[in-house]
Amino acid sequence: MDRQTPALSPAREFLNGIKAELPILLGVTPFGMIYGVLALSAGFRPFDAQAMSSVVFAGSSQFMLVQMVELGTPAIMMILTGFVVNLRHALYSASLAPSLRHLSPLWKFILSYLLTDEAYAVTIMRYREPDEVGNKHWHLLGSGLALWTCWQLSTAAGIFLGAQVPPSWGLDFTLALTFIALAVPAIDDRHALLSALSAGAIALLAYNLPYKLGLFAAAIVGISVGIWSERR
Amino acid sequence: MSEIWVVMLVLGVLTFAIRLSFTVLFGRWQPPEIIERGLRYVPVAVLTAIFLPELLLQDGAFSFSLANPRLIAGLAAVLVAWRTKNAVWTIALGMAVFLLLGLI
Repeated sequence: MDRQTPALSPAREFLNGIKAELPILLGVTPFGMIYGVLALSAGFRPFDAQAMSSVVFAGSSQFMLVQMVELGTPAIMMILTGFVVNLRHALYSASLAPSLRHLSPLWKFILSYLLTDEAYAVTIMRYREPDEVGNKHWHLLGSGLALWTCWQLSTAAGIFLGAQVPPSWGLDFTLALTFIALAVPAIDDRHALLSALSAGAIALLAYNLPYKLGLFAAAIVGISVGIWSERR
Repeated sequence: MSEIWVVMLVLGVLTFAIRLSFTVLFGRWQPPEIIERGLRYVPVAVLTAIFLPELLLQDGAFSFSLANPRLIAGLAAVLVAWRTKNAVWTIALGMAVFLLLGLI
């Protein structure tokens, strides 16, 4: 029988986390820049636009917020929409919770702050590798900090470059491509494929629900279909 | 304090609370086995639900037409991601197709 391979050192996991996140940053950088550009054109002061990238630190809700400010949406509706859009992070939190249980509250606070789509998606693949849990939380710290740094710098670049980056180039499309790069390789069997297809179908059908509730509904349906497919 | 700061701070706290939810706030909760199985599908379900509408939306309406550059570039990216599992190729080729279609 094979012996379990020994756990990697914290430094090794941390560097692997950064390395796993780097390719994803290619898609995140243009998106962060476009966020910075759009925030300024919606009337944000540069400092406020930059602050939002670390206070909220959730790209798609920041994007939506900027568009809603431009439309003059009431504050309470902006908060509610942002909340529902970010509710998917509860699923990430639930899926990582068993693996993070042994950590101190400080670790959990830091890792939760860094728990974005992109850091979660690369680190959950690491947690699925069969070796012991060991120092895998350092992987999340590495991928999370890499993404955080990239998000702050690309926001700053967008604010600095401003109107020199015309939104008509459609650079925000890189976010969709980033999610394709994260989602498609994770579809590794028939159950996952059915889960992805059903979540995608509901996301389209329910797209016009208020407060972006369609996204959360799609996630729940996709997960349920995955379970159903396994049990069938 | 300006209104945008109120929105920013409230949403920042709420988002952090969402991210903390199961790791800290319900840290002792032991999910039933069926939920634990289901959580395996979180990445594929959530990420697909985010990117698919982005490929089809054109000027505020869904477009399944081959004249929709996002759809064509997105399908190309899905193909590359499936064959290569390489994020750089997926993003770079997807963007190249998208920009080229924009020039036509």
